[in-house]
Amino acid sequence: MGGTLAGPVPGDDHDFALWEKRVDALMVLCSGKGLFTVDGLRRVLEDMGPEAFASRTYYERWIAAICQNLIEAGAFTTAELAERMSDIEARGQTYADAASR
Amino acid sequence: MPHDHHDHDHLSPSGHPYRADQDTGLSYWQTMEIAVRELLIDKGVLTADQIARQITAMDERTPANGAAVVARYWTDPEFAAALLQDGRQAVSAMGFDLGPMHLIALPNTPDVHNMVVCTLCSCYPRNLLGLPPDWYKSRAYRARTVREPRKVLAEFGVTLPTTTHVRVHDSTADMRYIVLPNRPTGTMGWDVDQLAALVTRDSMIGTGLPKSVA
Repeated sequence: MGGTLAGPVPGDDHDFALWEKRVDALMVLCSGKGLFTVDGLRRVLEDMGPEAFASRTYYERWIAAICQNLIEAGAFTTAELAERMSDIEARGQTYADAASR
Repeated sequence: MPHDHHDHDHLSPSGHPYRADQDTGLSYWQTMEIAVRELLIDKGVLTADQIARQITAMDERTPANGAAVVARYWTDPEFAAALLQDGRQAVSAMGFDLGPMHLIALPNTPDVHNMVVCTLCSCYPRNLLGLPPDWYKSRAYRARTVREPRKVLAEFGVTLPTTTHVRVHDSTADMRYIVLPNRPTGTMGWDVDQLAALVTRDSMIGTGLPKSVA
């Protein structure tokens, strides 16, 4: 990516949404516990390919990479993840509703 | 997210303007964040309290930390030497813990302007400056800063004489940079708090200059 052509630097400069701060906290805490490393995060991010960098936001890529690393570390299984995500979707239409159990 | 319309400077605790509410529709990735967090809590890997405390700790890290370091660098020659020698050690003595990360302080001079980027992702001295702004993580900044730094600087409103050398430093996962901007003229005799108030976040990334004295 370094050295390629690109458009103007975006001027966005905002505080982060709660879900994004939580993703950041999960990265810091899980890597602090030795569940995976920043290199593990990087590997999954690199494997996503350029398309993911255009279509997903920063913390969207991060949660995908964290999730992949945690599955590999045995923290939970893909089946558990799928079941939990489906439960969460059934709780409501907004983040606030879906995040309260 | 709480949004105080009477806030004087419209900045959040992390020093950024508040982002518009995002409570319209639950995204796939938000769902994944909730699921991952709940599974970790249910399995006893983390507690909800640990996560909340980590968010608070991160919110409390702001560019004021870095500004205090720069102001002391300007006023305390012994500290300045220590900072250039071993950045991590020097800022740790001020109470800013960088963990295992190396910190390299990059002093600007009248002839040299330093600028920091992470072409790989978003490595940033977050313990001194808080979370990186969106533009620092953008594809455009990461791609272009190493190719045409003067054009990028111009977009930030910084135009340097052609005789000034621009040095771009690419961060890594194990090592962080902080730019030490030139002390503004007309600040002779100022104390560290007055000086720190002149040090902007962008001046420590190299995309800006300190506030000048009227």
